[in-house]
Amino acid sequence: MAAPPVEVSHLVKQYGGFTAVRDISFSVEEGEIFGILGPNGSGKTTTVESLQGLRKIDGGQVRVLGLDPTTQSGEIRRRIGSQLQESALPDRVKVWEALDLFGALSPDGPSVDDLLDDWGLADKGQARFGSLSGGQQQRLFVALSLVNDPTLVFLDEMTTGLDPASRRVAWDLIRQIRERGATVVLVTHFMEEAEALCDRVMVVNHGVVAAEGSPSGLIDRFGGGVRVRFSLDGQDVGWLSSVPHVKAWDRERDKYEVHGDGPVLVHVASSLLEHGLAPTDLRQERATLEDVFLTLTSERGDT
Amino acid sequence: MRLLLKMTWLELKLFLREPLTVLFALVLPLLILFVMGGVFGNTADASLYRGVGAMDYYLPAYIALVAASVGLISLPTHMAGNRELGVLKRYRASSMPAWVVVGSQVAVTFLISLVSALILVLVAMPAYEVTGPDSIPMVIAGFVVVALAFSALGVLLGAVLPSSRSAQALGVMLWFVMLMVGGAGPPPEVLAGTMATVGDLTPLMHAVRTMQDGWLGLDPGWSWLVVCGVTLVSGAAAVVFFRWE
Repeated sequence: MAAPPVEVSHLVKQYGGFTAVRDISFSVEEGEIFGILGPNGSGKTTTVESLQGLRKIDGGQVRVLGLDPTTQSGEIRRRIGSQLQESALPDRVKVWEALDLFGALSPDGPSVDDLLDDWGLADKGQARFGSLSGGQQQRLFVALSLVNDPTLVFLDEMTTGLDPASRRVAWDLIRQIRERGATVVLVTHFMEEAEALCDRVMVVNHGVVAAEGSPSGLIDRFGGGVRVRFSLDGQDVGWLSSVPHVKAWDRERDKYEVHGDGPVLVHVASSLLEHGLAPTDLRQERATLEDVFLTLTSERGDT
Repeated sequence: MRLLLKMTWLELKLFLREPLTVLFALVLPLLILFVMGGVFGNTADASLYRGVGAMDYYLPAYIALVAASVGLISLPTHMAGNRELGVLKRYRASSMPAWVVVGSQVAVTFLISLVSALILVLVAMPAYEVTGPDSIPMVIAGFVVVALAFSALGVLLGAVLPSSRSAQALGVMLWFVMLMVGGAGPPPEVLAGTMATVGDLTPLMHAVRTMQDGWLGLDPGWSWLVVCGVTLVSGAAAVVFFRWE
């Protein structure tokens, strides 16, 4: 079994007297989309830029594709794909020219025409970078990050500044990258995005890891449980208290509200059926990743 | 090498897509030459212009001046702008070698200076009956060291200045001061005391003399050595101070 594409233990990074990353450890498994979430200034970008050897780290152990970014950054950058925050191309460069130039860095990579086709830019080859829409620029950046056919791709806030429709398109691009067999590390501050795309996420706050796990796992752990609601006409449902994962329940006229955790919905549903009851409006209300994020980053925040 | 050629070709195309920069690099020296030619003509005067006619003096001087304008203004403005926009960061993340990024700038500066110099020569020689070059190999050698010197200075400016605006402001200022006291404006013989000293300290003065020595067949002094020194010192400093972001 090969080593994970990314392994980080106790990463520290300071800028002058300011500690941007205090202590961050995580690993990314092959083939997954790993999300790094956190408020502005929490150290997300510093972390991914350190992994790419773009920042000199001040402490900790980092391995990317088995290589050390402090001494082998050139080799790492040749093998990864990278979409950076605050990077750009000259306004007057044409789309095909950019792909051609970056493609020349890895002669074995896909051809310019293939990249243009794959990323929906076929009719934009002659367009200048400055004339592209935000979504098209992002597609070009994704294409550029894939010219070397990387097995590991870093995407730093690629959907910031995009309108909701373009953002959905970008999500499809990210899924496509993974379908090609690459591992993706995604920095984002859109919780909806992380929930839709990521297999696992890490929430970073003030340079430390606040929590790590699958989006639904985090919601289970930090979301304050699940609420199941349904309506019934005057039935005796005292048995609800003994249904697994139910913590409490309440009733207001014909409306029932059950508090529980984890898979409480299926247990309630199955018990209702066992009792011959089939409410048509059975539904659960669950905290979103955004609720979890806000809980994690405010509680452990400015204390 | 293929990368350097590709990058140079792309940078050349980008340069040509900026009409104002093209105008500045190719047309402005010509305009100054016309003004000087209109004012001074080309009659020799032993007390001025190193003893040759004004246009015989200015044509080789302006070959140095175009290299200075492209090297000191166009190159650093473009390079600092690329850093400011994050283009250099983008290059670095894709493992674009620094020597390709810098080398393409030097190559483009060299090519544009060359084209601009050829236009000057082709227009001025018939228009003002300028004496032809005394030694073509010396003129070519002089042009190579002069263009490299201003490219190196430009790379240094582009390496340390944070934005295209600051690079442009400083570049234009340096260029203008050099134009005035560095032998490409008023004849150096009329500059008094301090101004003459400052003039002697400018790289342009030595670049001008280097070009003139070859063109006019004058005894080559040590100006070409100063020009080579500027290249080495600026180049070394640029290597030390170069930043991707």
